[in-house]
Amino acid sequence: MLEITNLVKRYGQNDPVLKGLDLTVDGSSVVSIVGASGAGKSTLLRCINRLVEPTSGSIKLNGHELVNLRGSALRHSRRRIGMVFQGFNLIDRLTVMENVLSGRLGYVSFFQALTRRFPQTDIDRAFNFMERVGIAQYADKRADQLSGGERQRVAVVRALMQEPQILLADEPTASLDPKTSQQIMSLLQSLASEMSLPVLINIHNVTQARMYTDRIVGMRHGQMIFDGEPKDFNQDALDAIYGGIESPEEDGDDSARQASQDQEASA
Amino acid sequence: MVDHAAKLKDHVWSRYDRKEQLIRYGIYLATLVAVVWAIKDIDIFWPWAWDAPNQIQSLGSRMWPPEFSRWDAIFHAMLETVHIATLSTMLTIFIALPVSYIAAQNTTPNKATLWLGRFILVSSRSVNTIIWALLFVAIFGPGVLAGILAVMFRSIGFIGKLMGEAIEEIDRNPVEAMQATGASKMKVVLYAIVPQVMPAFFAIIILRWDINIRESTVLGLVGAGGIGVLLQGSIDLFAWQTVATILLAIIVLVILGEAITSILRKKVI
Repeated sequence: MLEITNLVKRYGQNDPVLKGLDLTVDGSSVVSIVGASGAGKSTLLRCINRLVEPTSGSIKLNGHELVNLRGSALRHSRRRIGMVFQGFNLIDRLTVMENVLSGRLGYVSFFQALTRRFPQTDIDRAFNFMERVGIAQYADKRADQLSGGERQRVAVVRALMQEPQILLADEPTASLDPKTSQQIMSLLQSLASEMSLPVLINIHNVTQARMYTDRIVGMRHGQMIFDGEPKDFNQDALDAIYGGIESPEEDGDDSARQASQDQEASA
Repeated sequence: MVDHAAKLKDHVWSRYDRKEQLIRYGIYLATLVAVVWAIKDIDIFWPWAWDAPNQIQSLGSRMWPPEFSRWDAIFHAMLETVHIATLSTMLTIFIALPVSYIAAQNTTPNKATLWLGRFILVSSRSVNTIIWALLFVAIFGPGVLAGILAVMFRSIGFIGKLMGEAIEEIDRNPVEAMQATGASKMKVVLYAIVPQVMPAFFAIIILRWDINIRESTVLGLVGAGGIGVLLQGSIDLFAWQTVATILLAIIVLVILGEAITSILRKKVI
């Protein structure tokens, strides 16, 4: 279970990017976070695994406080948090298998990492996952020889190799074509239920958020302004999140713009 | 501005305005002064310069034909030269890589280490190999050891600086991904940085080995081993025909080195 309370992130002396955010994710739910660019979605995810330092607030994963962890305690917590990125972030010049096994770097010794002598259990796990997502035949290919969708599958398997207690996905489909991005979303959805793994997905595509996730969190200017099931995520919610900005589905018509302006005025 | 409008009307155009033109003439004049001053100051003894064609002819006739009787000594000295280059390049790697790590802005632990790294690189690069060799011959006595150290000390700056630049140019995203797995700093370096700088590393090492072969040929002039010792000895004895052979051998070696490195470069990159 992930519990975020009153999370604030401020870069330098600027306006905070996250303004006292509260969010609780439990069980194996797939949660999508939607919001315009700059709403603070990426910062939120990166605060959880501390790639970004939160300014204040609390983030608890299964009861363990993550904020203020240092050194090896921080690294031990990061092992339990898998992350998938928009640009896949694979190591291009290494093979697919090496990329997958790099998910175990938090567990193996430096010497094992250097000589690529990973425990057989890790290699078995790697092959199982790669077969599950359909990339086992590429084990010895260089990562940069794969297509975008295949590369993202490698990245997903790398994250799963960490035996994560939660999976974070930062715009995992934004660099993929529509069909591939649907496949990746549906893969994340089924993996979440198979492994009873909570998954947090930043996503721009509202249609996919509705289709593949159990819960939608809407963010605007560092605050959560919608939290509910996809069926409740209606035009009003969409306008509140993207109001004043062209919404991704409908071209913001005048009434929608008016509504969003009213919303802002009353807020 | 009125001036401007008038110019526009009369279609007057020049690439430089008056001030820019004056600056340009000033630079021409300063360059001329520097050249004239230098020539006056260095005090060339002109009769010798005019005598040069005769001297070339005379030296050429004393060198011809090259004398190969000492070929085995020359061959061994050449091998020694190559060994100096190879050993010093290999040994340099162990020092230059840590230095490049602390001299790269994105990997250095803190400001102090950054400046330490840069200080090492600059001091290594600002002293020529021959001057390093003079120092080490004074410390360790004449011989191969002084030569190896001299070539090493110059190479640290070269390899360290280029590797530092390669590290600064890496894609940060894999670094972030490796940090997210909970990997320690050294493992992040091993998986996210090392693979990215590998091609640059091989290219730089091969290039430096090539340069070091050429540098090693002159080390002997100050007593630091290699073919240069033999060359200096032969010049001192006026054995010009042997000198000719040695010069030919150096040319052959450099061409061989060039060929080998260009093949290697194609293989790695």
